[in-house]
Amino acid sequence: MRRSTDDAGMARPRGALKAAATYILLSLGAVSMLLPLYWMLLTSLEPGDVAFSSGAIHWWPSKFLWSNYPEAMKAVNIPRLYLNSAIVAIIGTFGQVLTSSMAAFAFARLSFPGRDKLFFAYLATMMVPGSVTMIPNFVLLRWFGWIDTYQALIIPGMFSAYGTFLLRQFFMGLPTELEDAAKIDGSSYLGIWARITLPLSKPALATLTTFTFMGFWGSYMWPLIIIQSEGLRTLPIGLASFVGRYSAEYSLWMAASVIALVPVLLLFMFNQRYFQEGIKMSGIKG
Amino acid sequence: MSKSSQKETLAALGFLTPNLLGFLAFTLVPVFWSLALAFTYWDLFRPPRFVGLFNFVSLLGWHYDPYLKQTVMNDPFFWKYVGNTVFLMLAIPVGIAASLIAALLMNQKLKGITVFRTIYFLPTVCSGVAILVLWKWLYNNDIGLINNLIARFGDLIGRPLTGPNWLGDAAWSKPSLMLMGLWSGLGGFNMILYLAALQGVPRELYEAAAMDGASSWKSFWAVTWPSISPTTFFILIMSVIGGFQGGFMAANVMTGGGPAGSTTTIEYYIYTVAFMRFLMGYASAIAWVLFVVILAITLLTWRLGGRVVHYA
Repeated sequence: MRRSTDDAGMARPRGALKAAATYILLSLGAVSMLLPLYWMLLTSLEPGDVAFSSGAIHWWPSKFLWSNYPEAMKAVNIPRLYLNSAIVAIIGTFGQVLTSSMAAFAFARLSFPGRDKLFFAYLATMMVPGSVTMIPNFVLLRWFGWIDTYQALIIPGMFSAYGTFLLRQFFMGLPTELEDAAKIDGSSYLGIWARITLPLSKPALATLTTFTFMGFWGSYMWPLIIIQSEGLRTLPIGLASFVGRYSAEYSLWMAASVIALVPVLLLFMFNQRYFQEGIKMSGIKG
Repeated sequence: MSKSSQKETLAALGFLTPNLLGFLAFTLVPVFWSLALAFTYWDLFRPPRFVGLFNFVSLLGWHYDPYLKQTVMNDPFFWKYVGNTVFLMLAIPVGIAASLIAALLMNQKLKGITVFRTIYFLPTVCSGVAILVLWKWLYNNDIGLINNLIARFGDLIGRPLTGPNWLGDAAWSKPSLMLMGLWSGLGGFNMILYLAALQGVPRELYEAAAMDGASSWKSFWAVTWPSISPTTFFILIMSVIGGFQGGFMAANVMTGGGPAGSTTTIEYYIYTVAFMRFLMGYASAIAWVLFVVILAITLLTWRLGGRVVHYA
């Protein structure tokens, strides 16, 4: 078995009975976690009329109707929604990680007048509900003439007090010896940031990237407010509006939902570690 | 200022500028702008008009209604929606307890625990519109999985059972959303935080408790619970802050805030006031009241928490 901090816990299994009870309880939980997701897959492969027939629970598709997927893709225009979501999430995440890591470097490593006061202002705004800033942001972008544009979806989300805070805390914990040596060698601050701080912070950057990407990908309220034309809709908006229009096409609902979940599940599969690290980081430092 | 510290300040300015501009434009200035808007009437089409405290009086005040012959709130809907929001938050302690139990079960050196952890985390990963759509389907009154299972269970015990009209019945709509929330949140953030906290409890404390002959139950309350109290406290504060701002997506995607306004939360109300009725000033006033309530409750919890939380 893999030895890691995960296994270095307190528990000592007190006999097979206790282990068996744990497995039974955990399995019951696992079944209730998976059942709705399994039902989603199952429905997505059923003909519409089977999904409709009352009183007929079956746990295996009566026939595998894969054509539900292309049909859902066509009805919801999923390629377009995917493209929009990807553009917004990728550019927005890159922007947020870049600006946050720069600001975090200034807060963690440089001294300048008013630094602590400014950092406190960043912290204080993390308490402000999104609904407070939502209306002025809408008005501001309307004034810019950005309503119904990609900029409106991307730019307001690129500057995060939370990301700055998270990275600043991580940078503070890094040893300064390498930086001092680089400074003596005449390296600029930009060089230190790019060649020392960032490479040492890969886990924190990966965590922030994962979380920010998930945030952009799932964002709902802001795109709903700021986007009017169908061609600029992101995946969540497109999916919700499809469900509103086709009120009883459950097979297609589920097929579209499955397609919408694929990127997130892939991200999770390859980045599982960063999901959990990120949660711990926000919890411990918060 | 010495030359080197001047250089450092300049460098800091360079590093800060991109983030700071965005922070000022989209966060700091909007906070105060929103406060200013709360004292105006503004429908976006004509210029905003200063109305003093009118929005706050309309929102929080009351008057005597000569027809009903009683005192009524100026905006009874707001109070109803505050009630809905608080009702939905009653699921928070249940959710925290469930996450803690799951974490306790998983904090054991057993084979395959990581598989369980991944499975429990799946609903959190998937959370969003797709999951709301899925639950709308599960809750379908006639042919949804849940009512189907209830009916099958009735067949099994030889007694006809009919499930409630979950999302379609004002009495059941909130419990429906709470159950869905429990499912999606149980194995997520809170459980991971608890797992991390449990792994940080010093082993010696358990050994000492075992030497004193404490049962697992007793050692949980004497050792585990106090040791993880900072985590419980953190989770509680974050859940309360989140709870006050919650419910928008579920209301928008699943219920439209209904039936009979039973799933409209404060957040959804702000959205409808601002972007369906175009009362920007009034919506800003509601948002600010929400902000002040969150701030007050956080500070209160903080002070109370200081007395019960044990920091190592």
